[in-house]
Formats: sequence, C-alpha cells, structure tokens
Amino acid sequence: MMQWLLDPLNYAFVRNALFVCTIAGGLCGLLGVYVTLKGMSYIGHGLSHAIFGGAAICAAVGLNFFVGAGIWGLASGLAVARVTRRRTIGADAAIGVITTASFAFGIALLGLYARVKQSIEATLFGSVLGISAEDLIVIVAVTAVTLVVIIAFYRPLLFTTFDTDVAEVSGVHTARIEAILMLLLCGAILASMRVLGVTLIAAALVIPPVTARMLTTSFNRMLWLSSAIGAFAGLIGMYLSYHLDISSGATIVLVNFAAFAVVYAATSPARIRRRSRAFEQRERA
Amino acid sequence: MTVRPEPLLRLHAVRCRYGTQTVLDGIDLTIGDSDFIGIVGPSGSGKTTLLRVLLGVMPPVAGTVTRRDGLRIGYVPQVETINWSFPVTVGEVVLMARQQRFMRPRANRQDHADVETTLRRLGIAELVDRHIRALSGGQQQRVFIARALLGAPHLLIMDEPTSGVDVRTRHEIIHLLAELNADGLAMVLSTHDLNGIATHLPHIICLNRTILGAGPPREVLTSEVLEETYGAPMDVLEHAGMPIIVDRPRHGAHTTHLSQGAS
Repeated sequence: MMQWLLDPLNYAFVRNALFVCTIAGGLCGLLGVYVTLKGMSYIGHGLSHAIFGGAAICAAVGLNFFVGAGIWGLASGLAVARVTRRRTIGADAAIGVITTASFAFGIALLGLYARVKQSIEATLFGSVLGISAEDLIVIVAVTAVTLVVIIAFYRPLLFTTFDTDVAEVSGVHTARIEAILMLLLCGAILASMRVLGVTLIAAALVIPPVTARMLTTSFNRMLWLSSAIGAFAGLIGMYLSYHLDISSGATIVLVNFAAFAVVYAATSPARIRRRSRAFEQRERA
Repeated sequence: MTVRPEPLLRLHAVRCRYGTQTVLDGIDLTIGDSDFIGIVGPSGSGKTTLLRVLLGVMPPVAGTVTRRDGLRIGYVPQVETINWSFPVTVGEVVLMARQQRFMRPRANRQDHADVETTLRRLGIAELVDRHIRALSGGQQQRVFIARALLGAPHLLIMDEPTSGVDVRTRHEIIHLLAELNADGLAMVLSTHDLNGIATHLPHIICLNRTILGAGPPREVLTSEVLEETYGAPMDVLEHAGMPIIVDRPRHGAHTTHLSQGAS
C-alpha cells in the first residue's frame, strides 16, 4: 500500500498533478455547494463549454489560454446571470442558449484551423501530465481568492443562495453577490479545466456537494464536507489514473461517484430505519 | 395640544405598472406606529405589488412614498417559497438577518445571545439546532418571523403568513402576531383568508388594483365592497359579534342540480 502511494511521488510531474488535482477537487467541491443549492447544477457544464469557445479562439490567434478563455468565460457567466434575472427565461434555458453557442463556436474553429485542434484536445479531455508552473500558480491563486471571498461574503452569499428575494429586501446587493459567485465559478473552471477536461468538470462541481448534503443538515458543515470529498476524490483519482493509466478526469469523477454511492446506500431511509430498530431493541434488552 | 407622530410610511396617489399593465392605481395609505393592517383581495389584485412598494423594492411610476427617517422594515416571505431541503438550521436562518463583520463569517457571542433572546420570545429557543424541515408549520413561520425581528424592525411586513397551514397553526400565528403588535410593532400582512385572519384584524384594506374599502372589518366587510373587490357575490353574516363571509349560493345552478338528481 505504501509503495502504491509513494512510488508516483518519485516523479515531479506526478507530484504536480497530485497537488493540482487535490486542490482543483476541493475548489470545485466548495463552489459546487452554492451551485447545487441555487439549483444551477447545469451551470458548471455550461460554463466549461462556454470557456471551450474562448480556448479555441486563444489557440487560433495565439493568445494566452488563461487570459483569453478567462475573459470569454467571464462574459458568458455574466450574460447567463443577466439573462436569468429576466424571469421569463429560466436559468437552465439561459445556460443552454449562451454556453452551447460558445461551444459551437469553438467546434467551428476546430474545423477551420488545424493548429487549434492539437491544443484544444487537452482542454476537452484534460491532461495532467503536462501541467506547467503557470497551471500550479493559477490554481493556487484562484483557490486563495475564492477562500478569501467566501469568508468575506459568507453571510450575504448564504442569504442570497437561500432566498434571493428576501436577501434583496434586507439590503443585500444580490445582483452583485451573484456576479461575484459567477466570477469565482469561472475562475475555478478555468483553473481546473486542464486537469478535469471540459466534458467532466461538471461532475466535480455537482457530485461532492450532493454527497455532502446527504451527510449533514448544516450549511457550514456542508461547505467543509464537500470540499474534503472533492479534494479526496481528486487525490485518489489521480493515483488511480497513474496506476491504471486512465485519463485523470475520468478516475476523479469515478471516485466521486463511488463516494456518492457509498453515502447514498448508508443513508437510505430503509437502512436508517433498520439501524434505529436495532438500537431500540438493544435499549429494551 | 398633542402632536401626532410622523407616520412610518405614507403612500400618496401611487401607481405601479408591469410593462403597460397598471397593477396599482391611486393608492393612498398611511401606516403609523403600532398599526396592524391586513390587505385582502383576489389573486392578481396587486397585494404582493403593494407589499413590494412598502418594502421599497418596487418604485411606483407615479405618486409618492414617504418613509420616516431610519425606518427599519422586517419581511416574512410566504413559507411556500422557501427551499425546505436547503441545509440550514433554525439558528443559521435567523442569523442571516445580522450583517457580517468583515472577514468574520462566524457569529460572535452577542449574535448568539440575540438569536436566543428572539427565539425565546417566540417560544422556539430549544429548536435552534434543528433543520428547518424538521419543524411544524407554526414553528416554521416563527423562525422566519424571528429572522425579521432580529433586525429590530419598526414595521413587519408579511406575505400570506397563514397560507397552507391548518386551523390550529393559524390560531397560533394570529395570537403571536397580536402579541407582537401589542408590544408596539406595526404590521402589514396580505391574506386570502377572510374569515380566519382578516376579520380578526383591527384594520383591513380591500384591494383590487385600487383601494375599494379601508377600516375596521365590521365596517369594511360588506356585501357591496366584497362583490366589488372579488367580482363574485358574497354575504356577510354575524356570529358572536364577528362578521362571517360566505359565498352567495347561485340558486339557478342549485335548482338545476336538484332537478337533474330527481329525474
């Protein structure tokens, strides 16, 4: 077992990958709490696809990935938030319209430019083996900024997520808070996309908070649990990826799913009823 | 000579529109200290819009809204709009009303003491660590009243505080509100419940785009005002000194039904 854990650490690129996957998993788990509780689980999927369009443009014109895709993702996120506030258009429809258009734009560029195709494949499916120093700095910076913002705006974020209308009436600038959340989400997706891939990042945002929700009824504890589950899945998923030679995005999502399945089975109403019956019998005896 | 205190809120000739549709017109309303006002009217009559005007989140297209300087308003939403599976405890919900100090997400000792005092006042102090779904209808309503009270409001605004609750819970809520009002808190609530709530209030407003009647229920709740407000015939009976509103049976339809049954 120790060998299984220590062997990969002999390689610098694997150490980098383990670090980035753990941080990315925890970061997605943390922000995923707000995303799932606001009923916007589809946003992670949508934004990663929108950012793909920006990444394709960066590759086509030779712009820095983080700058170009970041601006593109940010614009898409804010557009989604704005369109969603118009109540005749639901959040899911707004995400569907804006982000799929951006994704389609990226696909069109793929067809037009051969050089776009090479650099975009890594973005689509995730590649941990070529993680650069820039990737490490970006994920650490985005995580630090996210933590600071969540601590600084903890209660307005909670109030807006729980009940936007009453928060607004109570003096919370809900539009500003939602825009901040969208910015953090864009940053997290951008920083995690190279390791998780466009197609799998949504799972890293949704599965850890859903698993955590089954374990607690407290918002504060859900934030910690979801981050811990995400980070754990990132770390173990990366180890599995190394040992089994499978794409890291897939193994991370599968570990997340395994955690979900175990918690789901352990917290099923039938099992809880059986446990409480056994407890009552012991008490009577 | 006594000087009348400045009202908490005064609306004069207020008109509100959604797009081209006028939903409120010619609204004159004055809310003073310790007033307890119920707004009744059919669905789409502008009740929620009027509450939004009072809350200051819906600016009127015409007329004036004057607020007393430093006026604090607490708001209790309809419980049906709450996401009951959201992972929050009673204490966490009530604390939402308290502004956070910079970079300090955790509540301090004073916050906890204030939450406990407020919950104790409402008789639910022992529920502070319970999840909001694990409460009865009356307890749930008290939690959201507690959140509004934590901001020490001068005026409490409630949207349908008794919708979807049973008779016993409705009694609990109306008694609680009467106690809070007796302590000096002004209140405005909207309700569909004419017999269960409106007739128990000291002052009601019949609304359908404009105010069609205002005053004590015994004076306002007449067949004429109710028919004008709801667009349907209603009779007002009296029981133990209280008005009781009943739908006027449509005799033609009733007769037809009987004759069909006889054949």
